[in-house]
Amino acid sequence: MEIGLGTYLALASVLFGIGAVGFLTRRNILLQLMSIEVMLNSVNLTLVAFNRWTPGEPGAWNHHGQVFAFFVIAVAAAEAAVGLAILISLYRLKSSVESDSADLLKH
Amino acid sequence: MSAGGELIFLFCGFIAVVTAVLTVSLRTPLRAAVALLGHILSLAGLYLTLHAHLLAAIQLMVYAGAVVVLFIFVIMLIGPGAEPKTKTKWLTLRVGAASLMAMVGATLAFGVSSIDRPYVDIDQCRGAAAECGQFGGVDALSDAIFRQSAVPFELVSVLLLVAIIAAVAVARGHSPAEKKAIEARRAAQGGAAGGEGA
Repeated sequence: MEIGLGTYLALASVLFGIGAVGFLTRRNILLQLMSIEVMLNSVNLTLVAFNRWTPGEPGAWNHHGQVFAFFVIAVAAAEAAVGLAILISLYRLKSSVESDSADLLKH
Repeated sequence: MSAGGELIFLFCGFIAVVTAVLTVSLRTPLRAAVALLGHILSLAGLYLTLHAHLLAAIQLMVYAGAVVVLFIFVIMLIGPGAEPKTKTKWLTLRVGAASLMAMVGATLAFGVSSIDRPYVDIDQCRGAAAECGQFGGVDALSDAIFRQSAVPFELVSVLLLVAIIAAVAVARGHSPAEKKAIEARRAAQGGAAGGEGA
């Protein structure tokens, strides 16, 4: 089997599917946030893989994919910080980390 | 791709899939966090096979060093409350959603796996010119970040500042004096509404 761009993309979409399944089926907000991290990481993998197959040339490298992955990492860190702060706030209010317990707008 | 690179890809890809499944399926959050750590380490290995050396290092520092530690801090802060207490509800719906999403992922994987581009060799930069950095190395990537996309980089720093302020504001709770003031305001509002009702 030749390992090329398609192999990386297939691996990344499998990882994205696993993350999406986790986000949809878990109710613990901590685990949902971890599933989001898995999804973001799989997208980073596609960006870096596409960048590897369009590298530019010496002296004028094309780094767009890697720079974008860098920004995705920064945004994911910000998202984790705010998400965990919201989780702590919810735990103070409801003594639970289940996403079903955040139902104030439902009633 | 060299034989060593293919071997690293197969090894790290297998570990990445297994640890991702463990992350979303383990019931104890602390174990899931450790599985997430393994997932991130194996992705750093995959970045190495893609000639993205600096990004692999950043992945280790930011994800393995900061995000996973943040998760573990929060799990420790919450304590036993982080463990699931209730029984599983909506099992049919959740299994349906999971299998549907798994099928979407499998279809996507099958579709994109046929994408092929001719393999590109990364030429080593010859000569000692200052702008002649290696692909994915510190020189070349920092040139791309700090010169070609300096404005987005500065915007990201503002975004991180806003995230810090938001996290502190949301998670810090209220001091006793603030709590008293909030309760007094609430009581006043409740009294006014009651008076109108009567």
